[in-house]
Amino acid sequence: MSFESFAEFIDMGGHGLYVWLSYAIALVVIVINIVNPLMYKRHIFTEQARRLRREKQS
Amino acid sequence: MADKKWMPRWFYQLASPRWCYEITGKLLPLFVIAAILLLVTGTVWALAFAPADYQQGNSFRIIYIHVPSSILAQSCYMLMAVAGAIGLIWKMKVADMVAKCCAPIGASIAVLSLATGAIWGKPTWGSWWVWDARLTSMLILFFLYLGIIALNSAIESERTAAQSTAVLALVGLVNIPIIKYSVDWWNTLHQPATFKLTERPAMPAEMWVPLLVMVIGFYCFFAVAMMLRLRNEIIQRERRSSWVRDLIAG
Repeated sequence: MSFESFAEFIDMGGHGLYVWLSYAIALVVIVINIVNPLMYKRHIFTEQARRLRREKQS
Repeated sequence: MADKKWMPRWFYQLASPRWCYEITGKLLPLFVIAAILLLVTGTVWALAFAPADYQQGNSFRIIYIHVPSSILAQSCYMLMAVAGAIGLIWKMKVADMVAKCCAPIGASIAVLSLATGAIWGKPTWGSWWVWDARLTSMLILFFLYLGIIALNSAIESERTAAQSTAVLALVGLVNIPIIKYSVDWWNTLHQPATFKLTERPAMPAEMWVPLLVMVIGFYCFFAVAMMLRLRNEIIQRERRSSWVRDLIAG
């Protein structure tokens, strides 16, 4: 470990805001890139299933 | 295309959207596991165990996001241009889809690279942004991604959209060596490359090994994001084919 205590770890030698902000943005970018296509997938599947049902009825 | 027997068999398989859908379905869980393992270990290692830099202190830990995202933003651009070229030359539908899926992922990764760069610049250089060659060429990379997304969505026909964006991506490829050599060609505040193919990194192993873990982890994350988008794109474009109908009817 490079830190003596948890408070020191959070503080990052006075650069805590910069370090944690960088990692937070990285997390947000990663989550958006995973969640966005998953939500779109659900949208496509419900849309296409509806279309298939309509075609069957007509 | 069937008369060109000199291409390997997998190249033709890759051209089949259905085969791509099936293979990515098998590969996806592997890359999800690899990405989680690498990114979690890499992050813990980077934040808590890697030594602090003797000049920059702990703000140096931003490198573990900044360098992987910068490398990935450029690799993603190269993949987009190559896939676009394959789509142009062999009229391969899947290549067009890959190129299209690259743009939004690449744009978001370029934002991450620029944002972490700015955040790191503030405590290190005393400024969020300088009009430096490396920073400016990276900003141009981001604008290229935006241009490609805009062009793609502005054209109705999928085929024409793919062709036009492929040409734009190929023209923009000139920016990649400019980014790479910007730190050598111009006087710049930005430090030189961390990883070089020909030399050992100029930092101790306790610092660069976690960085390598993060770089590979970012690539695995990219593979996951790419495959998720590609599978959507395949379903969307092949919706009239019988295998997609069967898949949706379940």
